[in-house]
Amino acid sequence: MTLPAVNRDPHGDPDRRREGSTQPAPTARPPVARRRGRRMRRFTRRDVGVLGVVVGAALLLDIGLIWGPTVASLGLSFTDWNGIGDLRWHGTENYHDLANEYPPFWRAARNNVLWLAFLGLIATPLGLFFAVLLDKQIRFSRFYQSAFYFPVVLSLAVVGFIAQLVYSRDYGALNAIIGRTDSPTDWLGNPDINIWVVMVAAAWRHVGYVMILYLAGLKAVDPALKEAAVIDGANEAQTFFQVVFPTLRPVNIIVLVITVIEALRAFDIVYAINKGRNGLELLSTLITENIVGEASRIGFGSAIAVILLAISVGFIAVYLSQVFREDGR
Amino acid sequence: MFQPPAGVSPASVSIDRRTVLRGALFGAGALSAPGLLVACGGGPGGGDTVSFGSNYSDAVPKKALAKVVNGFEKSEKKTVKVNTVDHNTFQENINRYLKGSPDDAFTWFAGFRMQFFAKQGLATDISDVWGDIGGDYAGALKQASTGEDDKQYFVPFYYYPWAVFYRKSLWQERGYEPAKNLDEFVALCKQMRSDGLTPIAFADKDGWPAMGTFDYLNMRINGFDFHMSLMRGEENWQSAAVKEVFTTWRELLPYHQKGANGRTWQEAAQSLDQKKTGMYLLGMFVGQSLPEASGAEDIDFFPFPEINPEHGQDSVEAPIDGFMISAKAKNVDGAKDLLKYLGSAKAQETYLASDPNNVATNKSADTSGYNALQQKAVQLVTGADHISQFLDRDTRPDFASTVMIPALQEFINKPDEVDGLLKSIETQKKNIFTT
Amino acid sequence: MTAAVESRRRRPVRPLRLLLHGFLILVSLGWLAPLLLSVYASLRPYSETAAKGYFSLPDRITLQYYVDAWQQAELPKYYLNTLLITVPAIVLTLFLASFVAFAISRVRVPGSMALLILFTAGNLLPQQVLITPLYALYNLIPLPWWASDSLTLYDTYLGVMLIHVAFQTGFCVFVLANYMRALPEEISEAAIMDGAGVWRQYWQVTLPLCKPALAALATLQFAWMYNDFLWALVLMSSGDKLPITSALNNLRGQFFTDYNLLAAGAVLVALPTVIVFNLLQKQFIAGLTLGSTKG
Repeated sequence: MTLPAVNRDPHGDPDRRREGSTQPAPTARPPVARRRGRRMRRFTRRDVGVLGVVVGAALLLDIGLIWGPTVASLGLSFTDWNGIGDLRWHGTENYHDLANEYPPFWRAARNNVLWLAFLGLIATPLGLFFAVLLDKQIRFSRFYQSAFYFPVVLSLAVVGFIAQLVYSRDYGALNAIIGRTDSPTDWLGNPDINIWVVMVAAAWRHVGYVMILYLAGLKAVDPALKEAAVIDGANEAQTFFQVVFPTLRPVNIIVLVITVIEALRAFDIVYAINKGRNGLELLSTLITENIVGEASRIGFGSAIAVILLAISVGFIAVYLSQVFREDGR
Repeated sequence: MFQPPAGVSPASVSIDRRTVLRGALFGAGALSAPGLLVACGGGPGGGDTVSFGSNYSDAVPKKALAKVVNGFEKSEKKTVKVNTVDHNTFQENINRYLKGSPDDAFTWFAGFRMQFFAKQGLATDISDVWGDIGGDYAGALKQASTGEDDKQYFVPFYYYPWAVFYRKSLWQERGYEPAKNLDEFVALCKQMRSDGLTPIAFADKDGWPAMGTFDYLNMRINGFDFHMSLMRGEENWQSAAVKEVFTTWRELLPYHQKGANGRTWQEAAQSLDQKKTGMYLLGMFVGQSLPEASGAEDIDFFPFPEINPEHGQDSVEAPIDGFMISAKAKNVDGAKDLLKYLGSAKAQETYLASDPNNVATNKSADTSGYNALQQKAVQLVTGADHISQFLDRDTRPDFASTVMIPALQEFINKPDEVDGLLKSIETQKKNIFTT
Repeated sequence: MTAAVESRRRRPVRPLRLLLHGFLILVSLGWLAPLLLSVYASLRPYSETAAKGYFSLPDRITLQYYVDAWQQAELPKYYLNTLLITVPAIVLTLFLASFVAFAISRVRVPGSMALLILFTAGNLLPQQVLITPLYALYNLIPLPWWASDSLTLYDTYLGVMLIHVAFQTGFCVFVLANYMRALPEEISEAAIMDGAGVWRQYWQVTLPLCKPALAALATLQFAWMYNDFLWALVLMSSGDKLPITSALNNLRGQFFTDYNLLAAGAVLVALPTVIVFNLLQKQFIAGLTLGSTKG
């Protein structure tokens, strides 16, 4: 993600801006990063002890419960373990089988990519758009915020039920509203359409999430910036894209990371609808189907998990290179 | 937005710290409480308490089972600690449950699904229980409770046959007659269609209902033995025999409700209830989703029609639910007593008094309280030469869920591409059954 | 300054503003429609919606399903289970994450970039990747008899709580490290001049400034942990210890599910997250300013 180069701080002295604030407020701008040189190296033994114990505890949990099992899954993906019997080395056969002989796999991979594109290109910008509208100091803003945010806090069961309620071919609200009761559209059963309507449901949740993050970011933008732009004769759109948006960079990164996480981890909506089958396959549901359920094809499921892991790591690398480049400046 | 957030002072921070401590203590206390209770209740391996893992989680079955367990506690002077886990979670979790810290006895299904765990050494041999209760059970039921090593691992509780269900009043009104063979069945479908009905209600969004159609077609066309051997992975899915099942199905498909993959079995049942569809191949539990018809006792069924005269209608699909004892059971004797009790006619009568959609497995159970449908179900099953358990119970669970569900949905979407589909099933079958 | 901004912004009602309200009302009602529809369904008997479809006029409106759901699903017991897991988990997650973020962004311990990568990347891993080994691991970790019926970490509140902590710490470290990086350097320098040790710099200087971010994260984490079902599904076997998400499954039968009853249960289960959000809405947005306020 590259942002247009603009003058990020037309008002110079950062401290002047914080006048009147009741607490030393954090700022959105990068200059702090430039002060990296001053490291604090004078630790007492007690300091080292505290750091060691607390960071150590967090590390222990992270490595023991997250990274350890991840590495173990990588190992399991080369076996044909069924969860009960002995471990047997199976080479790369699981990978061969899933790429060549497991029809749902490629559909799932395609759906995950679609999901990422849909969230990234449609839902996320829509969330930003709503945030911009709600940032205009309007009345009833809290009501609108709540309305957009509600879907985020709903659990699997609610979302599954809602999908059925709205999209059901014979009894759903959508076909009733658009008057297709004679030759109803099979929103959830037709494998050519269902992924799209389900992504709409996913976007329904994602928009609220992104909206709230951006709203928070926008609240933090210094109004003086906008005023300066208006004085310079910029219209609303220009002000937003050339002045406001660039200052949202920290939020942008978080939203980007969250969008990617949501797309790769996408699971509950399709699982609630039909366990991720018949056109709604996602890598996460295939893993669940193979590993979690009664099937217990641990080796094979782990291989799918490793593929998902590899894709995640790809995005993690992209994200980190961004962070490093930023810090390197 | 413009006020400083409340409570930034150090004082409130220290309150937070106390909350942390309290939370931690509270958590630890909650952890220890159940442990203490168990310790007081006789300790590990105690002779008088049987732990019992149950998936009878929704209101009616839960209450009914509690009544049965109560009867056991009274007559045997033992305590049963029931661990109810919702049906879905129980099933998803079964492997981990049995390997982890399972209860002494637990609810499960007959057939391959039982044999699978017996073979892995996760179940306790209960042949001696069968020595006591065996006389009350038909041979087919004992067979369904027997592992590959010829020992028994399972006590049957009830079953629910699959058949073609319909609304009596609709059929009387239109003068329809149950079909005995495929030709009559097709003629009936045509008649219904010309009467403005969709002949066959059909749903497969849940993934399993279409398996029932496949099972019956295969058993009628190729016979019970072939079906079971296909389920064990011993037959070729690309054989002409299997292909015939799908081509026959393809010819019947136009008479089925369209859009099955987007419809739940309950929605299909509603269409039957509303007399929009003529008949519905499903298990006896269909009655639960027919509010209008079951209120008026307006349901009837006929067995799936004959296709190949060689096999007639000799097989019935009737899944059996029952109980097993885990290999890690602490109180094996108590658990065996419990299973013996659950296998008795009395226990099953107590249970079925509140559940009219199943039939007792014990042949000396009193059937006088049965409704007409239950009576007919007993006849159907006792008259059958073979009882199958349902595709997902007769084959490996991994094959059923990761291969067959997607394959049957694919067939419903594209009934003309059978060859490619069968090739894919066969390849995946080889991968799975060789492990 | 605040007042000045306000007055400058509150212009007389313009047609454009009305248009904006019209648009927002329309869209937010559209957003709420599916929810309202499911609440509506939960007020009607199943036999009625089964016959007429969900999008139809009611014959009968009743709260009976709410009573049934409350009793049949034994909601109070499961609310408590979830509380026992989420509250300590959130507190511990925020404590560990804020300290690690502090060590990374403020103390800049050696290898802090590696730490940040390790934690953030850990949160990007799909849950399903961890499940099997985690299950095996939990069965190997012994606990004393008074802490666990199974004598291992498996099937304990502690086990589920710990994986929540481990999994969510990553995201919180990521957000808090960003947040703390943007705090002015001077405040720690002043504290160091006063001779404050690392702990005091963390507990008395840095943490109070992170209060909004912590509140925001607590709200998010509550929604996530509350709605999770996968960890408990895999790491628990006692039905009466399962969290609230699985209580809803008690309203489903082996085959038949009364979806309207389920909807009523789902509404009851969703209430706490909705309430928490509404209570913390203000702090939530202020806290998510993620390194900036306009004061």
